[in-house]
Amino acid sequence: MTATTHEIVIEAQGLKRRFGAVEAVRDISLTIMRGEIFGLVGADGAGKTTIMRLLAGVLRPDAGAIRVAGVDVVAEPKRVRSELSYMPQRFGLYEDLTVAENIFFYSELFSVSPRERRARTGQLLEAAGLAPFQRRLAGQLSGGMKQKLGLVCALIHTPRVLLLDEPTTGVDPVSRRDFWAILYNLRESGVTILLSTAYMDEAERCSRVALLQAGQIRSCDTPSRLKQAMPGALLDVVADDPGAANQALKDAPGVLGLLLMGDRVHVRVDDAGRRSPELRARLAERAIAHTEITTIEPGIEDVFVALLEPDGAA
Amino acid sequence: MSLRRLFAMAFKETLQIWRDPRSLAIALLMPVMQMALLGYGVSLDIKRVPLCINDQEHSQLSRDLVQRFVASGWFSADHASATDRAVRGALDRGACAGAVTIPVDFSRALMTTGSASVQTVFDATDTNTTNVAIGYAQGVIAQTTADFESQWAAAHGLRPPKIGAVDLEARVWFNEGLDSRNFIIPAVVAVILALVGAQLTSLTISREWERGTMEQLISTPVTALEVMLGKLVPYFVIGLVDAAFCLFTAIYWFKVPFRGSFIVLAITTALFTLVVLGIGYLISVRIRSQLGASQVALILTMTPTTMLSGYTFAIDQMPAPVQAVTLLVYARYYVTILRDVFLKGSPLQDLLIPIAALSAYAAAIIWIAARSFRDRLD
Amino acid sequence: MTGSQPVVVAEGLTKRFGAFTAVDRLDLSIAKGEVVGFIGPNGAGKSTTIRMLCGLLRPSAGRASVAGFDVGRQPEAVRAHIGYMSQKFSLYGDLTCRENLRFFAGIYRVPRQERAERTHFAITMAGLEGREDMLVRTLAGGWKQRLALGCAILHRPPVLFLDEPTSGVEPQARRRFWDLIHTLADGGVTILVSTHYMDEAEYCNRITMIDAGRLVAIGSPRELRQQGLGGQLFEIVCAPLGAALAALRQAPGVLEVDIFGDKLHVLVHEQAVAETLRPFLTEKGITADPPRSIAPSLEDVFVQLVSRRSKAPGDAGIKP
Repeated sequence: MTATTHEIVIEAQGLKRRFGAVEAVRDISLTIMRGEIFGLVGADGAGKTTIMRLLAGVLRPDAGAIRVAGVDVVAEPKRVRSELSYMPQRFGLYEDLTVAENIFFYSELFSVSPRERRARTGQLLEAAGLAPFQRRLAGQLSGGMKQKLGLVCALIHTPRVLLLDEPTTGVDPVSRRDFWAILYNLRESGVTILLSTAYMDEAERCSRVALLQAGQIRSCDTPSRLKQAMPGALLDVVADDPGAANQALKDAPGVLGLLLMGDRVHVRVDDAGRRSPELRARLAERAIAHTEITTIEPGIEDVFVALLEPDGAA
Repeated sequence: MSLRRLFAMAFKETLQIWRDPRSLAIALLMPVMQMALLGYGVSLDIKRVPLCINDQEHSQLSRDLVQRFVASGWFSADHASATDRAVRGALDRGACAGAVTIPVDFSRALMTTGSASVQTVFDATDTNTTNVAIGYAQGVIAQTTADFESQWAAAHGLRPPKIGAVDLEARVWFNEGLDSRNFIIPAVVAVILALVGAQLTSLTISREWERGTMEQLISTPVTALEVMLGKLVPYFVIGLVDAAFCLFTAIYWFKVPFRGSFIVLAITTALFTLVVLGIGYLISVRIRSQLGASQVALILTMTPTTMLSGYTFAIDQMPAPVQAVTLLVYARYYVTILRDVFLKGSPLQDLLIPIAALSAYAAAIIWIAARSFRDRLD
Repeated sequence: MTGSQPVVVAEGLTKRFGAFTAVDRLDLSIAKGEVVGFIGPNGAGKSTTIRMLCGLLRPSAGRASVAGFDVGRQPEAVRAHIGYMSQKFSLYGDLTCRENLRFFAGIYRVPRQERAERTHFAITMAGLEGREDMLVRTLAGGWKQRLALGCAILHRPPVLFLDEPTSGVEPQARRRFWDLIHTLADGGVTILVSTHYMDEAEYCNRITMIDAGRLVAIGSPRELRQQGLGGQLFEIVCAPLGAALAALRQAPGVLEVDIFGDKLHVLVHEQAVAETLRPFLTEKGITADPPRSIAPSLEDVFVQLVSRRSKAPGDAGIKP
């Protein structure tokens, strides 16, 4: 396990922020340790971007306290800026400048020495697979490459804290893999990373995850513990006709939830050991040709659905 | 303040301007087009007002009178009409701007009674032209009258009356040819710089907001002052290049006499450039959409600069409250400076008031802009 | 569930924009009532393919037919027989739900006598009873999504195109949405879903993986997972992670190693290799738990297929 020192790097208490009639953030409190990769997971409108902006000091909270790298962000937003790097959801670099020019600009803004800049640029571009594209205009890069460039610029000055708002949305899987390889490397060097995502599966890659809904954190723990906390167990039912299997299991006793997928049904039951044979029997009764029923580990999405109430109205 | 960040900002902005065809067009083409349009297209001089001549007598005297109108250079008499109706028709059509009707008994009346009337009618829809034309016409008539008197006196062996005549010796200083162009073109330069300058910078901040780069920028240690000064540097250089182009065109192409010192011109122009760029920047800071900023820039600069700076209308002819308003029009000071430096050759000492006004303006704009810069999203 | 005559067919479908080939000789055959996913990253050519199938873009080469109509020669007919839903763009935020439905009913020329019934059906399906007169922009993502779906099926189209239907929406809302899709499919509607979100593909009967305009793989989720990976995926908890990663990359029979959270995901040639991993690590002074077999995600499959393709360009991936 990577040693995370027990040093608190990001601390937020009682954050509140509204926009007009909408309360985007209601009473958020977070404590993030050095070396963690912390994931903020939630749907659009849950408050992820607002929280990121509050922590980066580009938005003022209506109430609450924020400390990042020992600096009170609400009182001294400018002081914290040299310690952190913020990557907004929307591509924030200059599309009419080349890759190299963007990197140069950001390294100057952070007063990085030319020697260090050269060294780090070489390293980072290699890791990001962008080395052959230094003279290309940023606007001509693919989505995945743009995000990687954003990350390179964010890292050019060795920040202590990295705030990434939905960094891999829409990015191709290969680029996403490169991206995460860089993040893991950073973790090794003690950088604290907070990222937000709407992808439940991306949450699995984080050291700790906060499940966000309607401006509040509903649950916050490591992925493993979140899964253990999920009531019941998850069964994977593979059948030739998943639709029929789904129908058959609808009112079976002990079934807490059903999810029909393309070629299988995921069934959440209260007790796997007990219900597995019961369901097998039930399916056989209805002459549904099935291949197997296995217990599988739930995903973060399954945890989300099990723990939280469905979204309300507006 | 970090000079390093400031230069980084300036460098980036320069690259972006270089790669943006639109801002290059504004920066380089607009002044050229404006100089051509305004330099050649505009002239306040009234020459060769077309007259419609209704000579009912066709005598030597009447023809002589018509000749005098034409010889003055102020009128042209290409159009002849035979009846009152035809005259009115010609005026209605706009074929002529004025008409002279010489009655059928013109010579006889002059010879027998010593006085005759000539009717002149002018189309007064353009009162400027009309007033001037009437003045010219009266001048022609007065001169004709004096000449007739002399001739008559000589023909009758009398000495022509000379007592009590005041001979006006008019000297025209600074613009001897009364060539309105010399008066207008320096002001044209001021107007062009004011409009172009504001347009150049009006988009710079709005564009960053619209494209999403501002959100990332404000999360870095850069300060409002560094952003502003860094962004203004390349535009300042462009503004000076445009100014140099316009001024040299005025001097060497339009041949407006330049009697002042180039140093005074350079200093005052630099100051004015700073003011107009600052105005555009301020608009950009306050208005987050590019389209909105560009329109506001146009509206806020166009009217005051063209109407209230002394470019079209003389300020001291305006009603007092409007004159007070012109004190706030920054272009007014530069128009005054340019006209003074070009035509009067004024040294710095004589320009202290407008220079002080422009400096105060520059300081105020920069201060307001720096304070207005939002380094937060709300 | 599936009929015999394919409802959507494409042969060598190609689209070029100048020198750039957005879609390269795509072949497709979709049966009635199937739910097929078009999976691939942004820029892969999904939207272009969908637009061609909707009759909005003329193909540069190749043919396609939808609901029996040729997309190149009968685009109007194609459009009258399809429903199209793009959650982010198809609804008018400043109109109410009812007004949106009325608008689309008019656009799709739903016969007058059916409008009331179809509108009611859409509202019920979306669960918007009591909310018909709310402005759409005040609705949360899930509601908008279902309403957009409702608007797309007012005219009972035999084919439905969904473009990124559930991006950014809550999991519960997404599941509810997919239940609706499956119900429609049971009723005989053929559904094509395009998304960059790989795991959405799990809801589809069959998946078409597209990368850089080319078909990379086509098959059911299970088939792709089994055959596409070209190996077996295992999860190992070990420490120190960095050292373990470096070591395993050199181990025999290991195709790929990645960090995933605080564990390693190791792709091995076959089951037997997995047994050798723990001793291999222990030898190097790295503590490790026994490896656990895990099901690969479709994203893992995609990455493997794409990287194999870039190493052997002639390989077109797996086919059913």
